[in-house]
Amino acid sequence: MNSLIPLFVIIPLATAFLIPIIGKITNYFAKTITPIILLALSILSISFLFYGKHESYIIGGWQPVENIPIAIYLVLDGFSCLVLCITSLIGFLVSFYSISYIKKYTSENNFYALFCLMIAGMNGVVLSGDIFNLFVFLEISVIASYALVAFGVGKNELEASFKYQVLGNIASFLILFSIALLYWQTKTLNIADISKVLQNYDNSIFLTFTQIILITGFGLKAAIIPFHAWLPDAHSSAPSPISAMLSGVLIKAVGVYVLVRLFFNMFVFTYEIGVLVAVLGTLSMIVGSLLAINQWDIKRLLAYSSISQIGYIMIGFGIGMMILTKGGEASIAVLAIAGSLFHMVNHSVFKGLLFLGAGAIEFRTNTRDMSQLGGLSENMPITSTTSLGASMSISGIPPFNGFFSKLIIIIAAIQGKFYLLALLAVIVSIITLAYFLKFQKSVFYGKNKNYKNIKEVPFAMSFSMIILVILCIGLSVLAIPSIREVILDQAVSSLINMDHYINLVIQY
Amino acid sequence: MIVYILCFILFLVGLYGLITRRNLIKIVISLSIMEFSIFILLVLIGYIDGGIAPIIPENVTNPTYVDPLPQAMVLTAIVIGLATTAMLMAIAIRLYRKYRTFDIRDIKNLKG
Amino acid sequence: MKGMSLIVKKVAQLIAGLIFLYGIYIMVHGHLTPGGGFAGGALIAGSYILAILAYGSDTIKLKKEETGTSLTESISIFIALMLAVAGFFIGTKVFFNNYLPSGKIGELISAGVIPLYNIFIGIEVAAALITIFLALIIYKEEIEE
Repeated sequence: MNSLIPLFVIIPLATAFLIPIIGKITNYFAKTITPIILLALSILSISFLFYGKHESYIIGGWQPVENIPIAIYLVLDGFSCLVLCITSLIGFLVSFYSISYIKKYTSENNFYALFCLMIAGMNGVVLSGDIFNLFVFLEISVIASYALVAFGVGKNELEASFKYQVLGNIASFLILFSIALLYWQTKTLNIADISKVLQNYDNSIFLTFTQIILITGFGLKAAIIPFHAWLPDAHSSAPSPISAMLSGVLIKAVGVYVLVRLFFNMFVFTYEIGVLVAVLGTLSMIVGSLLAINQWDIKRLLAYSSISQIGYIMIGFGIGMMILTKGGEASIAVLAIAGSLFHMVNHSVFKGLLFLGAGAIEFRTNTRDMSQLGGLSENMPITSTTSLGASMSISGIPPFNGFFSKLIIIIAAIQGKFYLLALLAVIVSIITLAYFLKFQKSVFYGKNKNYKNIKEVPFAMSFSMIILVILCIGLSVLAIPSIREVILDQAVSSLINMDHYINLVIQY
Repeated sequence: MIVYILCFILFLVGLYGLITRRNLIKIVISLSIMEFSIFILLVLIGYIDGGIAPIIPENVTNPTYVDPLPQAMVLTAIVIGLATTAMLMAIAIRLYRKYRTFDIRDIKNLKG
Repeated sequence: MKGMSLIVKKVAQLIAGLIFLYGIYIMVHGHLTPGGGFAGGALIAGSYILAILAYGSDTIKLKKEETGTSLTESISIFIALMLAVAGFFIGTKVFFNNYLPSGKIGELISAGVIPLYNIFIGIEVAAALITIFLALIIYKEEIEE
């Protein structure tokens, strides 16, 4: 039995507990060990991705009894491997960036301990094959994020954190409620086993009720539009590296990932669910971008644009679901889902970069108000160039990665005859370009009014931003079909073939 | 059946408190009530009429056990609930220190 | 923070030790009776909190206590994790492997590693609850000053 999968949970967890102990002796331990472990984990996950490792791990060695799994399983397939790569890689860059950034706060050790705890929770959510264990890991990561949002202990941070906690707790209750309902009906907690039981289950009203509650719960975590109220406050009040982590990774790992995993691999999804996902996605995409136009706070603008981009991801999955249930061409569904996964990877890269850029601006000027800023491109060339790259990428300008992922989703929408969705996606892309032009113009170009003699940010911060902007261009290669087949199609095939996931857990 | 309805009513009591109360501490209490209504539902799911605790007894043959898994789940969820409540309380006290009040109508910095 | 009246102090003095012992009992018998690490740890923390509430303490002393309890918490949860990680190297080489002999059902020393988990989780929960209590009380004291 391969013993490397649980390392993704053990190592960050052990680091989180070690930091408060060794941090009493030396201050350098926390800021050196966190980037090192995350770099090691990202190398490990990328190697898993290229070798195409698909396997499950039984915790405690409790073998299945009569083909019914009784232990907690950790499952690694193409999709979870992709999300693991995002978590570890963005986590590494963000923790490296934090070395310089977090100096303005006290108690650096607590920051890194909570950061590792959050990473451990997210990796656990992504790997877990047991629905209650998934809930526990989800709570670990979101409780750490509640504390991290309030890390600045100013008025805004505390208020945002309280709001985030109240809505997050309601989401957790709904998720726990739906887990209770699922257990009531199926008498098992293993995702693969539940899916086997649900295949010959006929109480469809009950099932729909559970599905709606699950969508509400994880929709709250993923901030899809009717449930988005906490996101702009929480993501704009947190310290910038944490905003990058929350916007780039957390809402995907605990929101979109779980939603997609449960609906593709656990429930037998229906056409109506596909329509619901697509409608929620369209709503998020349009309303998020319209709300973003009017913002003058940099991070608030970026937070609203996160909502809008999550909409794109949901639309791709929705189109895939609708085509699969209507019995249309499977290749179009594969294209749509691959586009969504591609956009998910891209969004975590460029949104992470944009938040890090906003953090760099705040680090030097101590303001986030766009009307106060201007003409920073001369003083901060690296921040300016990297932000420009990310803005072009998010608004879909070739040759950046955002263009290709949006193109794939739009092509899939047109081939699947969802012309309205394709048109809306193009329009929202133009609106995105508009508000990112406003961001670029008012921050980096124009007249420098108040901040004449500021310097470029320190090395650790600019290093992370340069790596991310290289990734922004480099990830475009995923659009080339032969490379796409290796990485993205693995993830897609493990999603749309239900038996693949079940066979990983239950060997017949 | 009546116990499930009572459980649901408890959930609604928590929801009512969450919506109508203006005090931070009372909001936290309402959240706890909602949480515990779900815990009660979980325990009820595992309950079997006439079942005993799932510990192997000495002289009884073929005993009926209650389902122990929901109980384990509730214990885990209580631990999580403790963590979230402590976190909420800590933030509420910090907010009190900044604003000198627990009233949410006075704590309104973030908008839009 | 001031202490309470003489009656409360005397009763707390009588009861706190008993609660502490009961907590240890619940913690150690976690694999035999209902309860276990969390319940036992909560009882131990309860006895401690009772003593602090009855007798009162000053802020500086409380802060010192908090440093100690948070350190205890980190160390004990780390040991519990390491017990689980040790399963990687012993026996069937799986995470969370129960590698100690399981003994006879119903005896105090049985069930392999589970009593050890219970003990360390109990210490962790006790330390964590006391830390939370102390942190909240320190905030309150600082507000009133």
